[in-house]
Amino acid sequence: MFSQCADPKALEGLNWLMCYLSSGKHLLFYASFGTVLLLLAITAPIALLFGFGGAMASRSRVAPLRWFGKIYTAMVRGVPDIVFFLFVPIALDQGIEWTRNWVLCDDPVSPWQGNEFLVCQAAKMPLSSSPQWVHEAYGFGLAVIAFAIVFGAFAANVLYGAMQAVPRAQLETAEAYGMSQRQVNRRVLIPQMWTYAIPGLSNLWMILIKATPLLFLLGIEDIVYWARDLGGAKTQTFSYPHPDWRLYYFLGILVFYLLMTWLSEKVIARLTRRLSAGQATMAGEALRKGAA
Amino acid sequence: MKKLVLSAAALALTAGMGLADTVRLGTEGAYPPFNFINDNGEVDGYERELGDELCKRAGLECTWVTNDWDSIIPNLVSGNYDTILAGMSITPEREEVIAFSQNYTPPADSAYVALSADADIENGVVAAQTGTIQAGHVAETGATLLEFATGDETIAAVKNGEADAVFADKDFLAPSVAESGGELTFVADPVALGGGIGIGMRQSDTELKAKFDEAIQSMKDDGSINEMIKKWFGEDAKVFE
Repeated sequence: MFSQCADPKALEGLNWLMCYLSSGKHLLFYASFGTVLLLLAITAPIALLFGFGGAMASRSRVAPLRWFGKIYTAMVRGVPDIVFFLFVPIALDQGIEWTRNWVLCDDPVSPWQGNEFLVCQAAKMPLSSSPQWVHEAYGFGLAVIAFAIVFGAFAANVLYGAMQAVPRAQLETAEAYGMSQRQVNRRVLIPQMWTYAIPGLSNLWMILIKATPLLFLLGIEDIVYWARDLGGAKTQTFSYPHPDWRLYYFLGILVFYLLMTWLSEKVIARLTRRLSAGQATMAGEALRKGAA
Repeated sequence: MKKLVLSAAALALTAGMGLADTVRLGTEGAYPPFNFINDNGEVDGYERELGDELCKRAGLECTWVTNDWDSIIPNLVSGNYDTILAGMSITPEREEVIAFSQNYTPPADSAYVALSADADIENGVVAAQTGTIQAGHVAETGATLLEFATGDETIAAVKNGEADAVFADKDFLAPSVAESGGELTFVADPVALGGGIGIGMRQSDTELKAKFDEAIQSMKDDGSINEMIKKWFGEDAKVFE
């Protein structure tokens, strides 16, 4: 990156460290922090959406929809996360290629042949000729879906409980004013449930942050992947030989996660306060008295 | 604007042209000097240089992909990439699942490395990478096998005393031993395992296998493969006769 780094083996001390920390591989490591943040930024809203859908379905008056909601939350919550993370991306990938196989191949045959899963070149997803970033984005997308399904189920349960926690009197009053079921939901139930949902959701958010290293399990080059690779002992084959430094790299990651969760707690505390305002809960009551 | 449309069309065309020919070469990227991620973040090593040369000779367009060692065969057969060049020895067990090209290194030695020459490799704890022929070999001896996901971790386990010795390809261990300043040492005699390293491919990819076999043969014939082996593994490395 810098001109003085052209011959790393001749460098010493601080110069060596500076060049080492700005090597191409380290830049990829720094970028992978972005991957983790991106995963959080995309997954959290999608999981919340899944959760909302699941909770609404569980409360539905239409029986099949209600069954769907219940089965979704019960099934996903009952399977170990890691099993799901391993299962969903492979199942989705093969499902997509299987479908494309029947649509796009000239004379399609079943892709399961012996121990191989074979589809024609045109049905590959992504295509073999696609640039590497497309493959990476595709893998990342599958990971996001897996995360969203798992965390969506937990969020569904939290939101379902929160909806049940809204005092029945509130809803009855709304009905007495002649509101339809949809109006009750939109104007009374949903605005009020958040204060009951926030402890559960904040828990989920913390767990989601801490679950991001599972990306590594899915073969995505996240911070854990790079920390392990960069930290391993390097011989003279490499430009920057060094002994086993995994401890320092993992320490760096540890600090990153602590910072993330510490920051989250601050934000959640503020959010809880805001949502409690005007609520018929103890926190809401305390706020009201404090203001008076 | 017109220019933009034109260049977009050109791009779409060229993207379509490469369609059938791109071969995705899978590797581990954590087994220097066979294959590793260099400091620029690119795949490097003996297999990188060899693979690029083979693709050139076979007239193939190739790209490199990395994958964890323990899932490298399952992801090959499910089509994530088309070949494995990852220091994988040809063994009858693996040949039941995937096909191999002819070998691109001669059958090489595996060796024990420990902190002292009198380490107990017969009954002690021996580290090896999961799913390697070396791990299989240790399991057959009286020693307790301690498996790790990467080769690097097996050496680290010996250095921090978790294992009495590590058992791996001699060519992989040699640089670490040479640079350890006397801390690490080879123990006992090397063991010859496997039938050399070959390119792993799906059994149905017979056409690709023929192309790579031919390219490897041509490199053996003109001696360029031996030069490459010496370049990466040192003058003492085993070469093809």
